[in-house]
Amino acid sequence: MIANYGYKDGSGEYYISIDTDQCITCPVGRACLGACPKGMFESMVDDYDDEVVHVKEQFRRSLAYDCAECKPSTGRGPLPCASACTPGAIGHSW
Amino acid sequence: MNAEAATPAAGEKPEFWRWAENVWVDETKDWRSAKTLTLGIDVGSVSSQCVAVADGELYAYSSMRTGSNSPDSALNAFKGIAGQTGMTLNDVHFVVGTGYGRVNVPFSHKAITEIACHARGANYMGGNSVRTILDMGGQDCKAIHCDEKGKVTNFLMNDKCAAGTGRGMEVISDLMQIPIAELGGRSFDVDQEPEAVSSVCVVFAKSEALALLKGGYTKNKVIAAYCQAMAERVVSLLERIGVEEGFFITGGIAKNPGVVKRIEKLLGIQAMATKIDSQIAGALGGALFAHTLVQKQGPAKPLLA
Repeated sequence: MIANYGYKDGSGEYYISIDTDQCITCPVGRACLGACPKGMFESMVDDYDDEVVHVKEQFRRSLAYDCAECKPSTGRGPLPCASACTPGAIGHSW
Repeated sequence: MNAEAATPAAGEKPEFWRWAENVWVDETKDWRSAKTLTLGIDVGSVSSQCVAVADGELYAYSSMRTGSNSPDSALNAFKGIAGQTGMTLNDVHFVVGTGYGRVNVPFSHKAITEIACHARGANYMGGNSVRTILDMGGQDCKAIHCDEKGKVTNFLMNDKCAAGTGRGMEVISDLMQIPIAELGGRSFDVDQEPEAVSSVCVVFAKSEALALLKGGYTKNKVIAAYCQAMAERVVSLLERIGVEEGFFITGGIAKNPGVVKRIEKLLGIQAMATKIDSQIAGALGGALFAHTLVQKQGPAKPLLA
């Protein structure tokens, strides 16, 4: 399942997408959980009883601000969350 | 929404946004003869539904306005069915809570997200060819992809902004002083299709609508502009995950042809028809999940509210 967490508002679209099918057999021990400086990700059991990663509820409406420190306007390197997830399950829309 | 503005008492200000609460029971069935009786309770931000499923088939539902607290709203929705069928919570084998108030349903055995429940409900209502679901709820909007079994494969939700939601339509209904059930039909009664209102933020759309009225727009033209704006808003959400054939709309706004027809025109695809109230999809999905859980685990112990 592709889970998109975030929102669209007057300033743009801010979604983090997680391919949860890849979380089920995560080969890197859910490295994303510790990689995010804000601790935005957590592990949970979804509606189909699979253990997957999701974006914590309290961050879902403020992604543009919470992710800002990893996205400077210049000199932006790879995102820590996406880099930690070597299977490539995490993507950002902006 | 199955709306008629409730007739106000003398001296009372009419509330045009008020849609009628309703209860439906399949009189050809009797829940007492069912081997499995399950409930889905969807406590939404604007309305709460309770659906009873007997042996995996839709038996009854009620759709009520959500009150100031979720437990009471859930109980009120159940009482809608109980009052017409004589059913009590002791007779029910499993209850699934869903919607934004799902964790506050005092008599539910399990909480399941409305995303999974809407997909399951739409699969029942529209058949196994449903692939893309647009749920236009009271205060959020969801785009969902599912497989032939109604399992979610992709979803996107916007609950930060009330644009493109039922509450937005209620605000316009009150502003125009036109019963909410009439908005869709009236939006086509215009000499020329207007541009969409530039902002679909509920707060700003309201002031923009007033400005249009002052500028000479008829009420119908303002409604048409607002319906178009809502349609454009939700279509942009849908396009983010893509639209596949087997397009199904759930939620109260599925009953507003002014928005639905414009969405269909923008997408170039027809929404699937259903005879079942589109507003109960979440609760229906919950009741169907409950039925599956009874098949797997057996009946749960009754939890009294």
